[in-house]
Amino acid sequence: MAIRERMSGNEAVAYAIRQVNPDVMPAFPITPSTEIPQMVSTYIANGEMDTEFIPVESEHSSMSAAIGAQAAGARSLTATSSAGLALMWEELLLAASNRLPLVLTLVNRTLSGPININCDHSDGMGARDTGWIQIYAENNQEAYDNFIQAYPIAEHPSVHLPVMVCQDGFITSHAVENIELLEDGKVKSFVGEYEPEEFLLNPGKPIAVGPYAVSNYVMEAKKNQEIALENAKAVILDVAEKFAAVSGRHYGLFEEYRTQDADFIMLIIGSAAGTAKQAVDELREEGYKAGVLKLRVFRPFPAKEIAQALKNCKMVAIMDRCESYNGNGGPLGSEVTAGLFRYKVMIGAVNYIYGLAGRDFTVEDAKEVFAEMENAMIAGTQPEQYRYIGLRSQEADE
Amino acid sequence: MRTDVTKINEQTPHEELTEGLMMFAGATSKYFKTGEWRTNTPVFHEELCKQCLLCAPVCPDSSIPVKEGLRGGFDYDHCKGCGICAKACPFGAIEMKEGI
Repeated sequence: MAIRERMSGNEAVAYAIRQVNPDVMPAFPITPSTEIPQMVSTYIANGEMDTEFIPVESEHSSMSAAIGAQAAGARSLTATSSAGLALMWEELLLAASNRLPLVLTLVNRTLSGPININCDHSDGMGARDTGWIQIYAENNQEAYDNFIQAYPIAEHPSVHLPVMVCQDGFITSHAVENIELLEDGKVKSFVGEYEPEEFLLNPGKPIAVGPYAVSNYVMEAKKNQEIALENAKAVILDVAEKFAAVSGRHYGLFEEYRTQDADFIMLIIGSAAGTAKQAVDELREEGYKAGVLKLRVFRPFPAKEIAQALKNCKMVAIMDRCESYNGNGGPLGSEVTAGLFRYKVMIGAVNYIYGLAGRDFTVEDAKEVFAEMENAMIAGTQPEQYRYIGLRSQEADE
Repeated sequence: MRTDVTKINEQTPHEELTEGLMMFAGATSKYFKTGEWRTNTPVFHEELCKQCLLCAPVCPDSSIPVKEGLRGGFDYDHCKGCGICAKACPFGAIEMKEGI
């Protein structure tokens, strides 16, 4: 029987870490992810798990130590947020290019500046091209479930890549909600023991990890890494199916909420998807055909699958909780529209920036986005692109 | 499965390279001919050499082989021509020459 509890997102992830009981966890505290290593060290102090916890002096060191431990043959992880992830930048790329299946639990927080501790996706999106698999959660339940699925995905022989399990800072990490937990035994047998084929502390079988490569090898190595990331798509779906058999909870690359006959779809990542679903429910009551596509897996980016899922709607609102300073929209806006073009799905698309640094995104905000799409469709125009929601402006339409 | 890394070369297709370019062998740096980088070359004047062996341990690339207490000729496959050995030699038995 599943265990019914109430927990914050950080508690849920720490609980999952205790159940998986990895070998090594180097970590450095940063808001809002601090509770995760704090709770894990409490579990260790109480003798409830035997992970080797390494208190380090920075996130540069926590990721370096996690890489070293993983290469040595230990199942490793760390946790961070915001500037902590930025300080790991160099090592993130190494973890992926050295094909180390370690896990990072990211609690999304804005990157400075202005300095601020609240949620947006600028940290995770900043690391989007580091070669990591990125899985985003809507709530504490998904943060818990995604963590349990992370190692089976990362360690799959056709993947061997690190996984970033992301949840929204404070909104998910600190809000207490109901949750259904799996029994320790079920989690342990689902995740299994880590038995790497090749590792540094393997007497008589020497290896070198991360050697210098001359130009004649680098493109081939990168291509192989890209193939592994593509392979991850099928593995993520396969692991999700196995997880459903254990938990009864189903996951895909994204969730399609009432999109089947939808004219207008909001494409969104993370906790705000719950807000968008509420808006859709209310609009459906009024007979309005609205839906939500909640992206769970951002890397590998399921461009083809998204294009397929959107092809029958009239217009999509692509919601970015991140400014990318490319002058043309947010990261999700750029990638989704590129995907639609490549697969020749010529629907209307409009990109919005919302919720930066914890700015509220309300059901009313979401409903206004849907109304704007409908008005544009009736008028036969395209809504203004790349707009900020809830921005104070002299040109506000009211 | 372990790949025989001695069979990998600059013509190997990407499918046959090791994961993350992991090396399944030790001491492979000797196959990397760093001597190609050299712009100055040490020349060994054996007749001036007293076999004091001050040069061998200061070589950063282990390019002065020592056998049975005697140093031999330079390993030009790996010598980068830094000139430290020439500075260390008290007898002028190592001369730096421009070029390779």
